[in-house]
Amino acid sequence: MSSARGDNARSSASAESIHLDVPSESVERTRRLGALLGGLLARGDVVLLHGELGAGKTAFTQGVGRGLGVTATVNSPTFTILKEYAGRLPLYHFDLYRIEDPGELETLGFADYFAGDGVSVIEWAECGEVDGEEAPWGPDALRVRFERGADTGRLLHFSAIGSGGRRLLGGLADAVAREVG
Amino acid sequence: MRILGIESSCDETGAAIVADGRVILSDVVASQASIHERYGGVVPEVASRQQLSAVIPVVETALEQAGLGWGDLDGVAATYGPGLAGSLLVGLTVGKTLALARGLPFIGINHLEAHIYANWLRPVGAGVSGPEEAATGAAGWPGDPAFPLLALVISGAHSELVHIPRHGRYELLGQTRDDAAGEAFDKVARVLALGYPGGPAIQRAAATRDPARKNPLHLPRAWLPGTYDFSFSGLKTAVSQIVEGAEGVERAGDGGEIAPGTSRYEREGAAAARAGGVTAADLAAAFQDSVVDVLATKTVRAAKELGVRQVVLAGGVAANTALRARLDADLDPLGVALRYPPIAYCTDNAAMIAAAAYFHLRLGERHGYDLDVRPGLQLPFASRATAT
Repeated sequence: MSSARGDNARSSASAESIHLDVPSESVERTRRLGALLGGLLARGDVVLLHGELGAGKTAFTQGVGRGLGVTATVNSPTFTILKEYAGRLPLYHFDLYRIEDPGELETLGFADYFAGDGVSVIEWAECGEVDGEEAPWGPDALRVRFERGADTGRLLHFSAIGSGGRRLLGGLADAVAREVG
Repeated sequence: MRILGIESSCDETGAAIVADGRVILSDVVASQASIHERYGGVVPEVASRQQLSAVIPVVETALEQAGLGWGDLDGVAATYGPGLAGSLLVGLTVGKTLALARGLPFIGINHLEAHIYANWLRPVGAGVSGPEEAATGAAGWPGDPAFPLLALVISGAHSELVHIPRHGRYELLGQTRDDAAGEAFDKVARVLALGYPGGPAIQRAAATRDPARKNPLHLPRAWLPGTYDFSFSGLKTAVSQIVEGAEGVERAGDGGEIAPGTSRYEREGAAAARAGGVTAADLAAAFQDSVVDVLATKTVRAAKELGVRQVVLAGGVAANTALRARLDADLDPLGVALRYPPIAYCTDNAAMIAAAAYFHLRLGERHGYDLDVRPGLQLPFASRATAT
């Protein structure tokens, strides 16, 4: 993979961890980063989002939708757990905030989506994960942590899980670098 | 036409029998709010398990309370979306099975449409003797809502402004771009530790303020100019940051040096806390003011632009008295009447399912027994551009 250059983003690689940190000074920038990722996604891809209430997870997903060519309004799936949108590929937008036990994902029939024809973006992904067990969405994913940055800004911390995650992270690093110029 | 309606889209399991889409003959709800209160929201797995055991007794009770047998019914209806997949499946499966077993017409109902049709409901004993009077009006009841209508559907899952020129036609004017209005109430109530459900909790907390004391907080409004869309996510973030700022002051103690908050709202929270305290009631009131201001301003603007005769509220947030008062005051000078269902029929209920079903079944519409749940179902929105 190639690294993003410039002071706007940095990436590093080692055998165990490959990650990319990108600051976002606004909700619109967070959306733009989501759109860059949305342009790279292929069927079966999984993106995990972690961050507090109001950190920008839904805004990022709106951007992913934009990058996938979704024209419908992408809004919060908190109540229904899952909202589905039609785009270049189907977008499955999950919010696991209300999931108590990761086993529920199987019971509720959501497991079928992860291996389906679309891409899954999963807010509050930690609610679906158990230490030491394979995640319900399989061994590959791109993880995004939303951290508080300066003022109202955020720091988006991207990390790869498995080869699928590395492919997305590499592509995203290139896309961010091209944009920064 | 007597219709049995079954509703199980989220955390309630309900069955009701309604005559001609208007007169409630029975209405039974097995509420799980107390279970979900423990978790600060709906727990899907708990919801569908509880619904499975509740649904048959609830249907039987609805028949009993109406004093009717199966032979007295003319149709069965159940919600098929939107909602939680597992929850929807319970009500829909039972509804289809009962219709099949009893040889009754069946129709699946869109939960959103049903919320709107809650405005046609008139409980027995409320000055209306039967369906005829319920439709045309009687003492204390103005009759059916009058088209063209504007509907503001606001609940935990929805914030939609819809133009309805006639039965069955829905033109989406605007919707939330992030959180639903009721969801914002729930999340902010959680941040303020006011309990669940958030709507009534925030309204109660806001009402404890001394109205003579100026609220030290003013929260932002997301106007999204040129659209009828809503956004409540930034408001939720602002509340969290004010709480963080105020808590920072509390931790620092009296007279202690306080590290200034990093965001505008943290600084505002810290400043308000230093200037004599910022209470959960202040925050609840400031939050409610912001939500009501945006919802009411956009609704009134749409009512004017479209020249509707009436505005109907639907969904749980329609129970908010501050919103009702503001809309009443702003719509009255325009000669536009504000309608809303009795509070019990604002939140999820089965009577509204039976009401909406009547307006479909009377036209001969039916669904087959292969109808599946549609968790992401929307209203059959027509584009305004092609509306004629």
